Amino acid sequence: MTTTATEPAVAPTWPGRFTSRVPVNRTSRLFLALGLCIFLLSIVRSISSNADDLTASGTYRSALALAVPILLAGLGGLFAERVGVVNIGLEGMMILGTFGAGWAGWKWGPWVGILAAIAFGALGGLLHALATVTFGVDHVISGVAINLIAPGVVRFLADEAFTGVPGGAISQGPSLDDNTGRIGLPFLSGGNLFGWHSPDLLSRLERKHWFVVSDIAGITHGLTSELAWFTVIVVVLLPTLTYVLWRTPFGLRLRSIGEKPEAADSLGVPVYRFKYIGLAISGGLAGLGGAFLVIETGASRYNEGQTANRGFIGLAALIFGNWRPTGVALGAGVFGLSESLRLRSADSVRAVLLLAFIVLVAAALWTFVTKKLLTALVCVALGVFSLVYYLITDKVPTEFQFMLPYLTTLVVLVFASRRLRPPAAVGLPWRKGQAT
Amino acid sequence: MQTIAAPAIAAVMAIAVSALTLLLTGNDPIDAARAMWNQINGTDAMVDAINSAGPYYVSGLAAAIGFKMSLFNIGVEGQYRIGAFFAAVIGAKMSLPAVLHLPAILVLAMVFGATWAAVPAVLNVKANVNIVISTIMLNSIATALTAYLLFNYFRYKQSAGDLVPRTKPIPRSGWMPHLNRPIEAIGFHFPANTRLHGYLVLAIVVGIVFYVIVWRTRFGFDLRSSGVSPDAARAAGVDPKRMVVITMLMSGALAGLVGMGQMLSSGHVFGDQFPTGLGFAGIAVALLGRNHPAGIAFAAFIWSAIETAALGLSDVGIPQEITRILQGSLLLSAVIAYEVVRRRRAVAMLHEAAHAVVSPGPVGATA
Repeated sequence: MTTTATEPAVAPTWPGRFTSRVPVNRTSRLFLALGLCIFLLSIVRSISSNADDLTASGTYRSALALAVPILLAGLGGLFAERVGVVNIGLEGMMILGTFGAGWAGWKWGPWVGILAAIAFGALGGLLHALATVTFGVDHVISGVAINLIAPGVVRFLADEAFTGVPGGAISQGPSLDDNTGRIGLPFLSGGNLFGWHSPDLLSRLERKHWFVVSDIAGITHGLTSELAWFTVIVVVLLPTLTYVLWRTPFGLRLRSIGEKPEAADSLGVPVYRFKYIGLAISGGLAGLGGAFLVIETGASRYNEGQTANRGFIGLAALIFGNWRPTGVALGAGVFGLSESLRLRSADSVRAVLLLAFIVLVAAALWTFVTKKLLTALVCVALGVFSLVYYLITDKVPTEFQFMLPYLTTLVVLVFASRRLRPPAAVGLPWRKGQAT
Repeated sequence: MQTIAAPAIAAVMAIAVSALTLLLTGNDPIDAARAMWNQINGTDAMVDAINSAGPYYVSGLAAAIGFKMSLFNIGVEGQYRIGAFFAAVIGAKMSLPAVLHLPAILVLAMVFGATWAAVPAVLNVKANVNIVISTIMLNSIATALTAYLLFNYFRYKQSAGDLVPRTKPIPRSGWMPHLNRPIEAIGFHFPANTRLHGYLVLAIVVGIVFYVIVWRTRFGFDLRSSGVSPDAARAAGVDPKRMVVITMLMSGALAGLVGMGQMLSSGHVFGDQFPTGLGFAGIAVALLGRNHPAGIAFAAFIWSAIETAALGLSDVGIPQEITRILQGSLLLSAVIAYEVVRRRRAVAMLHEAAHAVVSPGPVGATA
């Protein structure tokens, strides 16, 4: 019954099923895990040379920025799969979003750009709904088709809109005048308070390089300084969407369609309409992810190929996160952090191997105690591999770091597939009035 | 009748969508059509279209063999890259006479393509991992893996300052001969600098083998019945796990051949210029051609003819990208049209069956 310990908040619907074995509530457990992570990071940072970036504020600032598009794509996938539709087309919808943001953002500013990106992405979602819901086309086929169509449409539109414009070309839009603005936490992270530049306590602490204390300061500072308003909105959006999905009648109906559409139908839920709504939201969120890439990263402009498979990484985060918003956020965070480390400092990635060694040894001990000998052996083998690799190498090739989200997903699917619970009716075609 | 109706409707839809897009953006669709026709209407352009249709065709077959049993191998993209990479690396190291060298490289490409496809197959059979998801992930892993191996171990520099990342070129004995000479022998004349790639022969052979395996063998019957009704197939003694593994291996082996068109006919190396996206185009072509070798051949030719014809659009100042909208809307409307036709046919069959049951001949004459 170890599964129940990590099962998030569906408990109220089935009382008694999710009894916790550890007599600690969820929030404290979360903080305990977080504390443990930071403690381990501090140890590894201290032992390993050139590994200060592991807990540096810059790493976490860029990790957050890199996690946001993945999170939005993952949430897009969540809304599609919760209405029972597999959405391989997230990547295409995200690409549509980048054009929407790049074009409308250049014409009318970032906020209009964001709205346009949502609209463009939602159009992609509605196209997916038209094919899969109305015409009953296989979800994967329609998704693949959308991924083929979207780059073509966007390239055509980009040619029409950007070629010949100063700073624009077919593969690149003119740069946006503005992003959504930056804020920071006053007093702790040097945010502005009514125009007054408040002190920046955390970054002072960070520079001391004290064990654990400076690490916490660095991470917190990274996550709370120079924040884009866009990021703030997304951070607020996450609990809002979670609430909508799990605590409102609308969310219950939406999820019921992904679990058992015929039951929902028999209770009078308009299944087709909800599938359309779910897919519009799905596409809109993916488009929003595209907007973030355009407006808040790099040179604030549309670039062809800017999404770089983030739609698929979002799908990976969805699986990693077990089809739950908090899980998706965790997955996006891990993938964002790994990408941030890859871009910022290859040296500190080597230190992650040491971290992996410690974690794997702990996992091996735990699985040995609980008598899962095979898993324990696998953990030992991987742990030894990590340690040996750590000792003999200077630098982990960037290609391996690039593979991380994909490999993680495969590993999760292989070793944790029994603990994963996708919506029961996901991927199945459903026609109103069909038997079973 | 209906087999022609659905693609025709799809073509009309696709042309309508593209024409409308052109009109809305202030371009003349008639101009576009004329420019495309002028471009494709010539022997050299036709040869180009056939040359690039070859890999699309084989890629389409690779996807189709999975689709035949409702198995979605989205990983042709990664499999052909892995196959091509190792075929290039090992093929360049071998010194064999041409009769052996060329087949050896083809076999290598198939073996490595199949090996990469074996990963999702085994994960599916042993750990029940969804093939769509695992092949998507493995596509990205394949890109990173080939890049890693290329940059760190197999990079070939012609001179010290050679900046182009690529493998050592395959020697001439491993190249695929072109077909100009045999075809000119029967009286056809090629324009200068136009070469019909020998890959065409390979593609035709693969297509015939595909047809024989899928429609004329026990395995093919099992494959098709697993696609139509997995439960019925299992009841008839078909082992679904074995089917998944064999089908994925065959799909991967075919995928390995996809990259050989460019590599053995013109490029002779694996590098950063190696074509991408052939796997996804293959999925499109397989869907358009309804998983039948003849249909896929037609679809592959249309697909590459559209791309060849697109080059003419620059003469009249219309963005070439309109043809990608044309391809995309053709694919989506075709898929929808096939599904609608399939469902109507199923309903018609049900009605027929119901009719036969309710009024069994002269006895129930009251109807």
